[in-house]
Order: sequence, then structure tokens, then C-alpha cells
Amino acid sequence: MASEHIVVSCTINGEQQVFLANQRDSLLEALRDRIGLTGAKEGCNNGNCGACCVNMDGRIVNSCLVMAAECEGAEIRTVEGLASGDQLSPLQNAFLEQAALQCGICTPGFLVAAEALLEQNPDPTEHEIRYWLAGNLCRCTGYDQNIKAVQQAAGQSVI
Amino acid sequence: MQAVKYARAGSVEEAVNLLQDGGDGARPLAGGTDVIVQARERTRDIDLFVDIKHIPELISIEYSADSGLTIGAATPCYQLYGDSAIADLYPALVDCTSLIGGTAIQGRASLGGNLCNSSPAADGIPSLIVLEAQVEIAGPNGRRTVAVEDFCTAPGRNVLESGEFVVKLHFPAPAEGSGARFLRFIPRNEMDIAVANAATQVRLDSDGVVTWARVAVGAIAPTPLLVADATDALVGQPLSEETIAAAAAASRAAANPITDMRGSIRQRVHLAGVLTERTIRQAAERAA
Repeated sequence: MASEHIVVSCTINGEQQVFLANQRDSLLEALRDRIGLTGAKEGCNNGNCGACCVNMDGRIVNSCLVMAAECEGAEIRTVEGLASGDQLSPLQNAFLEQAALQCGICTPGFLVAAEALLEQNPDPTEHEIRYWLAGNLCRCTGYDQNIKAVQQAAGQSVI
Repeated sequence: MQAVKYARAGSVEEAVNLLQDGGDGARPLAGGTDVIVQARERTRDIDLFVDIKHIPELISIEYSADSGLTIGAATPCYQLYGDSAIADLYPALVDCTSLIGGTAIQGRASLGGNLCNSSPAADGIPSLIVLEAQVEIAGPNGRRTVAVEDFCTAPGRNVLESGEFVVKLHFPAPAEGSGARFLRFIPRNEMDIAVANAATQVRLDSDGVVTWARVAVGAIAPTPLLVADATDALVGQPLSEETIAAAAAASRAAANPITDMRGSIRQRVHLAGVLTERTIRQAAERAA
């Protein structure tokens, strides 16, 4: 039904986007199914796992808990916006070098969340990193490598 | 997801009209961290979200020594714990807003939403109760105010009637010599739902006598509870092992919990006492 659809206009990774969404779509569904940005993953779809984490107006959000319609006028950044062309960001390289991923499902959420942390706190303590990333679940790594990767990206010595 | 429609309200009046026209299936949308999941998992019948975040008074923090603190009901947690007046004068609000969900949840979730979701285990409500929050409600018949301890009526239920929604929360300015603390027990360090939680506000005079006290406990009854007998156990005497133990006993006596996957009745009753004791001691430290 046409009346169930709405036009949403927002900025995604620095580019103005206008897309058609169903009113019931979450931001995650809009990103993946309507815009073709499949970096954000659907894990739990209820706000527990953080795999769908994106940056909205400077704050990280679980995109499964945001309606696409709420994004009118918003500035969204996803994991696809981290690299410049084929140049990975320092945080992405640190995740590779620290082997901070195995299956990779949680990685886009970790990257977006950790990037937001380093933007507002460039030299976080291990405690601050762990608390900031508490909403991002990883069933493979045991978290230590992820924490080390963030520390490396922050220019800290990693043991 | 149910076939939910979305409407953005620009004013309180517009939101009331949308909610009233929408009937029982219409719900206000603040941070959405509970209500979107409920719509998706069909634990509530919802066919219209009325987004209230674009109404200026719903996202606001105002403090003055005369009128106290007023926060917009949809103000996200991170703005609350990042506010210097709240950090200085209402640290019990920082205690709870900084541990509701993780960072991504705190970017959206609000105390008004936590209150209206009316979970027995809500982490925001015990602090609201001991800080004497007044809930300002807008509806088809204008505005009314309800004391927060009277707001929740059963798990997931509250006093809001059709077309009504919570606009603001008001807190009196903290009196001289008062301190408040909120604590939650979970079996991990973060990102979990309370097995039990509690908050205390105490006021001490210059001789160390407790002149005013409120204790509230959560996840141990169908609604968060104000423990009136704990007030009686504390007020009028200096804080002592005996008065603290009596207040803890009052919380245990008030507890009427269930056994579920997070904890047993016995554990929750015990925790109501332990958390009462700890919040009293730590509230008194903040009062000093």
C-alpha cells in the first residue's frame, strides 16, 4: 500500500540520500534492504548484541532500535564510511593486526562503536574501552583482542 | 514487525491529538529501545508510533535553586549523565542512567521511557522515587501531575489513560545535608537486567541525625516500591548499625518477588536488604 511508504531524506557516510521506506522499517532494514549497505548486521534484532551499531548524529545507536522514519534529516555513519577508498582506517588495520575478529559478524558494530569512542576520548583506559563496548557482543574472540586493537588505534602500547 | 505507522509530533497538543485519534494501538515513541522491540515481538499491540522527540520541552534539562530540576521525558540518558548540574546535585540520576543498557542504548533511551515501560526491574524508577519526582502528564483534558511512586500499577502498566503521555519529570532542589545513591545487582559487570535494585536518599542534620529518608527497591515486587517502613526505621535517630539493619529488614519485609531466570525469591529478598543497606551507607557518604 502506497500509504505505508514514506520518503526519508538523510545523510549517509557524507552523501545525501533519499530513499523510500516502509513506515515499519527499522533503520537496519532500510540500510540493508533499501540502500544496499549490508555492513551493519542483524544479530539479535532487539538491542542486545550491537552487531547493527551505526553512528547517528554523532552518537552510536543500535540501528535495529531506530525506525527508518526517525532518520529524516539525520546524519548516519556506517562501517562502510570508515575506509577511504581501499585504504582501511587505523582502527580497521588495528583490528586486523590484533586478530580482533574471527567470524566477523560483530566486527562492523565494534568498529563503529570504537571509532565513536576514540572520537570523543582519544586516549581511553582499558576500563573505559570495556564499558563503552559492553553493548557489543562477540562470541569468538573473548574480547581481549578487540580491546587491544582499540588500544593500538589509540596509539597506546599493547602488550 | 507489526504494521506500525509513524507520525512525528511537533507540539504537545499535536501529540495528544495523534495519540487520542490513534486509540489503544498508538504509543509515544521516545528512545524506542523498549517499545520498538515490543512492537516487533508483538508483546504489545501497536499500530502507530507518535514520535515525541521533536517537541522541544520533551528534550530539555533545566535547573534552578528555586524550582529544582525539570527534565524532558524523552531526554536521552547520555545527556542526563553528561549534565553538570545533574552530576553535582542529583548523582543518583547519574548512577542509574549510566548503567541502563550499553552506550548505544544510552544514546536513545530516556527516563520517561523507562518509567512508562513500567518494568518492575526498571533501573530508573527507584532513583526517581527517592528523589521525589513528580510526573507531568499531558492528555486530552490538559495536564496533571502524579507522584512517581503512584505511577506504576502492575508489570508494564501505569496510570496513563488513553491519549495521555509523560511530558516532564520535576525534582525538588536537594535540601542541605542530603545525599542519594542507586545500586543494582546483576551477575556480570554491565548490560543486564536487574536481579534487584535499590535507591536511598537521606538527609542528615549537623549532629548526624537523619531528618528525612526515602528508600525504594525494584525487581522485588510487581512495581518498584517506596518502602515506608524503612523511612520510619531511619528518621529521628543518628545512623547506626541498628537503624540501617532495621531499614534493610523493612525492605526485605516489603519484598514480594517472583522466581525467574534471573533470580529466586529467596535471593531477591536477600538482595533487597543488602542493597538497602549499601545505598543507605553510600547516600550518607554523599550527604556528608
